[in-house]
Amino acid sequence: MADGVKPRVKVPKSAAAGDTITIKTLISHNMESGQRKGKDGNLIPRSIINRFTCEFNGKSVIDVTLEPAISTNPYIEFDSLVPEEGEFKFTWYDDDGSVYEDSKKIAIG
Amino acid sequence: MKFKAMTALSLTLAVAAAGSANADPVEDELIVNGETEIVTKTAAPAHMENIDEVMSGWLFRENDTRDMQRDDFDNPGMLAVEAAMETWDEVEGTAGKACSDCHGTLDDDQMVGIRAVYPKWNENAGEVWTLEMAINSCRTEQMGAEAWGYTGTEMTNMSALMSYASRGVPVNVAIDGPAQPTWEQGKELYYTRTGQLELSCANCHEDNYGNMIRADHLSQGQINAFPAYRLKNAKLNSVHDRFKGCVRDTRAETYSPGSPEFVALELYVASRGNGLSVEGPSVRN
Repeated sequence: MADGVKPRVKVPKSAAAGDTITIKTLISHNMESGQRKGKDGNLIPRSIINRFTCEFNGKSVIDVTLEPAISTNPYIEFDSLVPEEGEFKFTWYDDDGSVYEDSKKIAIG
Repeated sequence: MKFKAMTALSLTLAVAAAGSANADPVEDELIVNGETEIVTKTAAPAHMENIDEVMSGWLFRENDTRDMQRDDFDNPGMLAVEAAMETWDEVEGTAGKACSDCHGTLDDDQMVGIRAVYPKWNENAGEVWTLEMAINSCRTEQMGAEAWGYTGTEMTNMSALMSYASRGVPVNVAIDGPAQPTWEQGKELYYTRTGQLELSCANCHEDNYGNMIRADHLSQGQINAFPAYRLKNAKLNSVHDRFKGCVRDTRAETYSPGSPEFVALELYVASRGNGLSVEGPSVRN
């Protein structure tokens, strides 16, 4: 696992059924592109978050492929329809095989 | 004749207005998370001779950049604050202490207002101390730990946490009493031209704030909002790093971060922002 990786998510606590809500996500991560050279002149190996997904009650909301040009601490904001109460599940996939997860419940009302 | 003179005059006015309009500070209010009100504009402290109103650099930034600071979730500087919150409770050094053993948990609010009065005269040391110097003294004297690098990541993170704890408190550094000679030295530095370009701090930040400097807007160079997360290097930047960058831009050999010269300059520049809220960690371009 890369150092200092911490996911953060902001989801409203409740919404009316059928509402569209805005979800903000951010994961602290170096996103080393693999293009840079270290002090010794050798390439620093690539280490990025390469995929991000969000599911609502098991149904896919968004599935993103991230590329090396994306900056440090990737911030992803998107909208989602909320048909019923349930749980958003967020998953980030690291190049080194690590998987970071977070989840947030949302109520109707 | 009269007509001609008037046309010429109105033309000059029009040009002047067009030239300055796009770099002027905006009229806007900063309320963080919908609750913490930040003073970004106020009457200049009495000691300032050439400026009537002091303004936070926030007012000179683009809409998007300003918005990032309205909500802590959107503010990348908050990652540093969170990291420092963990450090706060971490035991380090030979004394087996963490910050929280002396200063309590952060919820105790013991650190509220600390950022606002630094740099500050330290009686025991017999000199003006910046917050960074105080933190390192804590580490070496109280904790028996190694000092942090003056502009290192840990130090800047902790400095961001101190700003966060005092956010919204008006800056109020003392410039009289034992700190006065240091303040005078800082003022001298502020008005001294340096480098091949022969620029003093005042040439840009006093005479020309609100004008363009190449493609960017010149602010008043206030430091109430440091440490600042800069979009250009995607990290938190400490005050002394910024000073160094500015002096370098005049094409001069710079003082080093933590040097007595920069400490004096920090005291003077901080005093120019007396009355503005502590705003850090801020977002700038």
